[in-house]
Amino acid sequence: MYIIIVGGGKIGYFLARQLLEDQHEVLIVEQAADKAAQIAEDLGEIVMVGDGCEASTMERAGMARADMAIALTGDDADNLVVCQVAKHKFSVPFTIAMINNPKNERIFKMLGINATISSTSVILAHIEQELPSHPLIPLLTLKGGGLEIVELKIPPESQVVGKPIKQVLLPQKSLITLIIGADGQVRLPTSDTVIQVGDEVVAVTMLDSEESLRSALIGAPSVRAF
Amino acid sequence: MRVIIMGCGRRGAALATMLDGEGHDVTVIDVDAAAFSFLPDSFAGTEIVGSGTDEDSLRRAGIEQADAFVSTTRGDNRNVMAAQMAKHIFNVARVITLVHDPIREEMYRSLGFRTVSPTRIIAESLREAILADDGGEATGAAAEAQTGSEG
Repeated sequence: MYIIIVGGGKIGYFLARQLLEDQHEVLIVEQAADKAAQIAEDLGEIVMVGDGCEASTMERAGMARADMAIALTGDDADNLVVCQVAKHKFSVPFTIAMINNPKNERIFKMLGINATISSTSVILAHIEQELPSHPLIPLLTLKGGGLEIVELKIPPESQVVGKPIKQVLLPQKSLITLIIGADGQVRLPTSDTVIQVGDEVVAVTMLDSEESLRSALIGAPSVRAF
Repeated sequence: MRVIIMGCGRRGAALATMLDGEGHDVTVIDVDAAAFSFLPDSFAGTEIVGSGTDEDSLRRAGIEQADAFVSTTRGDNRNVMAAQMAKHIFNVARVITLVHDPIREEMYRSLGFRTVSPTRIIAESLREAILADDGGEATGAAAEAQTGSEG
């Protein structure tokens, strides 16, 4: 495959090295001449100095025959445009963009970038896996009464799994008002409604009963809450 | 009309001043608070410090209620990214973006964007000025060229 990498930072460098080892044809487009020279010294003449967002640079790089374009600069707008120009102007079949601001994942996907990589999201996902805590998500605080509406997802280890609501000992002035199933189905609970794993329970509670509600629905207090 | 202008350089500020003077509801967004000094004291619109390519900043600027969005910074990529967010995430009815690079301009125009190319407008004005046989002094074209280079 012919793969063009825009951005000769550390990720671009190591990626190119690996791809070369795997017998791919690789070209790195890097704006800074000194960085480009350093890569060329290590990896050979696989670097081109230029602005990878410019269509003229892409043309010189042979973007039209590239199988894949990978944008790895530190600027999301640049990465987006590299992929869009590669795709729309040079008909590159597969484009990959690095995303610096995880919030941009949605717009990149909407605009047809084939794959996005967000290191922030990857790290966050690992943290969430490593530190299972089941916090109550406060949805709304009702003015005046000291009440709030909270949401909580039922984990597999919860002692209320499989039990009808009437058997769950809720703190005073707490009420389960809505259950959203793992399948997205919304249920209006009665006292006979059975709680299942993955249910998202929406409840009204007193501000100071939050913790007792949490332990009523989940059990032992979370060891390592954030 | 409720208009959001991204970029408060000379161009963005001039546009904001014009629209504000005509009674439109104008919000200007720029990463640099100092840029707002381009606006006259009489400017009645809203100034927001933030990035036009950041969803939260756009929301703060009121993009969900905007009738039009214009990106006017010097950076083509920032301009087209913000324009695409305005159109596809926030469904703004009128989205207009400056694109300096003629090739990128053509591409984004073909993707359905209302683009304005300062490069092309200035080149055409200069060409007209050169070919005009009145031997005239600095006309609109030269003045425009200057604004363009600094905006």
